[in-house]
Amino acid sequence: MKGLRDLFTALAAVILGLLAGAALMWAIGANPVEGFSYLFRGGLMNVERIGNTLATATTLTLTGLAMAFAFRTGLFSIGASGQMLMGGLVATVIGLSLHLPKWEMLALILLASMIAGAVWGFIPGYLKARFNVHEVVSTIMLNWVAYWIVYYTIPAHFKANLETESARIPDYASLKVAWLTDLFHGSFINLGVFVAIVCVVITAVVLNRSVLGYELKAVGFSKTAAEFAGIDVEKSMALSLGISGALAGLAGATFYVGYAVNMQVGVMPSQGMDAIAVALLGANSPIGVVLAALFFGVLHSGKGFMNAMTGIPPEIGDTIIAIIIYFAATSVLFTRLFDGLRAKLRRQH
Amino acid sequence: MWDIVSHIFPYAIAFTIPLLAAALGGLYSERGGVVNIGLEGLMVIGNFVCAVTIAKLQPSLGQGAIWLGLAAAAAAGLVFSILHAFASISLCANQVISGTAINMVASALTVFLARTMTGSGNVRITLGFVPFDVPVLSSIPILGPLLFTKSYASTWLLLTILAVSWFVLYRTRFGLRLRSCGEHPQAADAAGINVYRMRYAGVLISGALAGLSGGTILVTFSGEFNGTVAGLGFLALAALIFGNWKPLGILGATFFFGFAATLANVSQVVPAVSKIPGLVLKAFPYVVTILALVFFSKTTQAPKADGEIYDASKR
Amino acid sequence: MDDYIVEMLNITKRFPGILANDDISIRLRKGEIHALLGENGAGKSTLMSILFGLYKPDSGVIRLRGAEVHVANPNVAGELGIGMVHQHFKLVQNFTVTENIVLGLEPMKGLVVDLRSAAERIEKLSKTYGLNVDPWARIEDITVGMQQRVEILKMLYRNAEVLIFDEPTGVLTPQEIDDLMAIMRNLIAEGKSILLITHKLKEIKAIADRCTVIRRGKVVGTVNVADTDEAAMAEMMVGRAVSFTVDKKPREPGGVVLEVEGLNVLSSRKALAVKDLSLELRYGEILGLAGVDGNGQTELVEALTGLRKVQSGTVRLKGVDVTRASVRARIASGMAHIPEDRQRRGLVLDYSMEDNLVLEVYGERPYSRGGFLDRKAIRSHAEKLMEDFDVRSGEGAVEVARALSGGNQQKAIVGREIDHDPDVLVAVQPTRGLDVGSIEYIHKRLVEQRDRGKAVLLVSLELDEIMDLSDRVAVISHGSIVGVVDPAAVTEADIGLMMTGVGRGGSGGPEVARGSAGKGVEK
Repeated sequence: MKGLRDLFTALAAVILGLLAGAALMWAIGANPVEGFSYLFRGGLMNVERIGNTLATATTLTLTGLAMAFAFRTGLFSIGASGQMLMGGLVATVIGLSLHLPKWEMLALILLASMIAGAVWGFIPGYLKARFNVHEVVSTIMLNWVAYWIVYYTIPAHFKANLETESARIPDYASLKVAWLTDLFHGSFINLGVFVAIVCVVITAVVLNRSVLGYELKAVGFSKTAAEFAGIDVEKSMALSLGISGALAGLAGATFYVGYAVNMQVGVMPSQGMDAIAVALLGANSPIGVVLAALFFGVLHSGKGFMNAMTGIPPEIGDTIIAIIIYFAATSVLFTRLFDGLRAKLRRQH
Repeated sequence: MWDIVSHIFPYAIAFTIPLLAAALGGLYSERGGVVNIGLEGLMVIGNFVCAVTIAKLQPSLGQGAIWLGLAAAAAAGLVFSILHAFASISLCANQVISGTAINMVASALTVFLARTMTGSGNVRITLGFVPFDVPVLSSIPILGPLLFTKSYASTWLLLTILAVSWFVLYRTRFGLRLRSCGEHPQAADAAGINVYRMRYAGVLISGALAGLSGGTILVTFSGEFNGTVAGLGFLALAALIFGNWKPLGILGATFFFGFAATLANVSQVVPAVSKIPGLVLKAFPYVVTILALVFFSKTTQAPKADGEIYDASKR
Repeated sequence: MDDYIVEMLNITKRFPGILANDDISIRLRKGEIHALLGENGAGKSTLMSILFGLYKPDSGVIRLRGAEVHVANPNVAGELGIGMVHQHFKLVQNFTVTENIVLGLEPMKGLVVDLRSAAERIEKLSKTYGLNVDPWARIEDITVGMQQRVEILKMLYRNAEVLIFDEPTGVLTPQEIDDLMAIMRNLIAEGKSILLITHKLKEIKAIADRCTVIRRGKVVGTVNVADTDEAAMAEMMVGRAVSFTVDKKPREPGGVVLEVEGLNVLSSRKALAVKDLSLELRYGEILGLAGVDGNGQTELVEALTGLRKVQSGTVRLKGVDVTRASVRARIASGMAHIPEDRQRRGLVLDYSMEDNLVLEVYGERPYSRGGFLDRKAIRSHAEKLMEDFDVRSGEGAVEVARALSGGNQQKAIVGREIDHDPDVLVAVQPTRGLDVGSIEYIHKRLVEQRDRGKAVLLVSLELDEIMDLSDRVAVISHGSIVGVVDPAAVTEADIGLMMTGVGRGGSGGPEVARGSAGKGVEK
């Protein structure tokens, strides 16, 4: 029943967000029907575009999982962007420095990006546990530190001809594989898709069936009761944000050496903030995260096409996403509506 | 050494003031019991509205456009904060999530609108406050060059607001009631105070001040809207914690951060500083913020009911 | 024609899922003390909250001096002359007494709140009624008894004529209770009328004129206190004859199972809450710990169970030094804990009941294996416990803990801890918020533990419960044990004296707080 209610709430938020987007389109003199049609076509119109949507959704799924995991354990980490950057940086550095057979390269890259993200998540977790430092502020600060680390490290050692991006990742270091790319007619799709699916399954199992999940959720719901039960609250918080960071680090790998072919400097990845929307909309459940990530994937993939065909600024995609979050945050309205509808239906039987 | 310090001071002050404004906004909101993570977004809104207002009005009004721009920025911040107030107070939504939503909507919406206006997503203005030396006071030895040279009108406006805020919070009826809502809303309720209304007031004032902050950034040192305020809204929150939710504490904390951030920015101008690697300078304010939080979060004296949802039906 | 100052007639109030007040009528005569007696959850607080304007009745009429009134909110109640001293004080901790009293009714001098003239008026009122409160003290610095007097002053400042007291004596020493009764008589002498919500029969006999008994939302009857005895009132309250004492056979205690020596523990405010405390608990006994709230019990219990660090001293469990052992280690060594705060400590409110019932043992067989939970084992364990301890919940073991009533939550916690079959059971306020039937059941189980040779440390603020159940009673005051007595050999008054610290010239009169001198008891 909780699942049904969450779905209802999510759909309500999405619909309202889309309506708001339509209003915005109309306000700037564009045709909303046209706008949305190109938006969705841009994401789903052909096999290549579907591949791009999946590739975008891959990164969003992983960052969304990272946020959902953190939220379930009671921590408002906003650090996915920075963790992605650190994961991506490590992936890029390895990719440009070592030359090993592809499978070994990829294994190393994935492992290293996980560790880099985990460290970047562990720090605010530890600070919260030991010093009660508010994780919202500390994770955002670390986002910017990561940003500047990338800003100075790439041009100094790994740049291409331009100052603002790294050298191109060689094929043996990229998550793209020929058969997958051909299957989707040359889109950005890469092995990250499978990485994401595996992570979704593992996260679901850990959260719902494992002893660790029991402990982390208990800490998230009630620190005091968890203490009473003998759970090490500090360790749990640090561990939780570490795991969350690892997931976001992986997301960084799928994006910077999967979707993309190099690392841009001076850009704060938007998937970090979007992850919050994905987690919220997905009600912090692994399946919900996947569905929400796919939806946002369509929006992101399609906004370029929409812009080209109608002139509507692509930021409308981000705006719609942001408005959806707002409605998801105020979801209590919808849950009350849902409960009210359910009660009415019951009475009629 | 002295040269460097007196050179940097005016820049540090210029950087501090918007931070102070935003942190003061956060103070009102949190003293009422509502956490406002959305300060960053509200600053962006203020920044944007101020830019657009000045760009539109400067041909006709000249310098006067600046003041109108600031007023518009404050008004826009206030209006936008109604979204956060409605979600977290009337609908009892999670305040952190609601604030985050505000940030996201603000950045996306403003760039969207800017793009439709200028095509590039940035709005540049050519007018700004001209730094001036305060007559008489700037000649005082030591303090003069430090505090009263190259200052902006907005600085004095905000310091006045700071003083007024202290008075309002600790001497007036409104302040007493607002603080009670942040410490013990049930007590306020039993005393017949409308907790919802007080909390709304706190959030709306924070919106106005954050908007004003964004506008101040524009007319003092930035000169252009580009979609972000680079984390200053969160720095303001950290300053609030660091300053222990007191007006004077906030002044000290924001100045500390202002000075740290300015050091990073003047590295080209000051030879001694330019030897430090760019990464360290740029990351410095953020790292310092974290360190400050580490030292000050344990002894935090946040308003007791800060961030707690108040639901009158659960009396 | 009786001189009724307040009449509440045919009041009905429904909350989702519960009929709190069912056609209740009560009448308060001018100048009387009228008690409202009922078990926990009977509906007394709801009724008085309606009178005070916190709730609106679904139907019914309220009359003040014969005229019908609508009490829309506490402000209106104040204007009508109705005031309430709440069970959980509504005081802002870091405001002064004056600021708290004037909140909502602040006298102004231009733009500024005129605290000075308010303080003068408060000082005068305080003297008139014998309350002795310092208007400039901060709430966080004064004693609980004095905080209550601030709540009383709040009402008097607003010229209340009708004063409602909601369970006022729970947090007071026996002496302070006597002082409160004297204050109430003063108030009546000055022309006020009092409504007293309570479940304590002794106090009703001591001070009330009439008493209305409420059971499950309905009025059972109204009696003249002078013509009724405690047994009769208890029977009205519960619906059957109630035995007041527990059936307990004397028993020889065994060897020492818990040894505490020279314990020093800091409170959360960095003051010494437990001072050089020593005590001994033996197998086969119930040791009661009596004391006024705030004298170090909380810190002592937390130190014993591993939730708080110890500055110095030792705790030995079954001969092993556990002073710095983790919570988990102590549980493994045979210690169980029924916590003071069932909602913050005892349960993860958002977890299901079955998840809560394995809160300490989820990591062990059979509840989990290889890092994964065994849902079947957890479910059957929960079902058995809930049946054994009569825990009622709408959807059984999968119901979220938050949805259960306080009483059922408490029963579940008690059941879980007793189910561990611990050698030492630390039970803090184990029957708080429970109805009489459940209280009897839990008392029986505690005595059972003791009869089977286990040890129970019973920490309670209800002196009756301690005297009833304990084989020995240790009295804690200002962080140390001032004496250990045989409950059969002493009176409550004796213990009351010990609670305030024997040999301190304890006249037990109202304390005068003057700012920082005469600091109240550390909380």
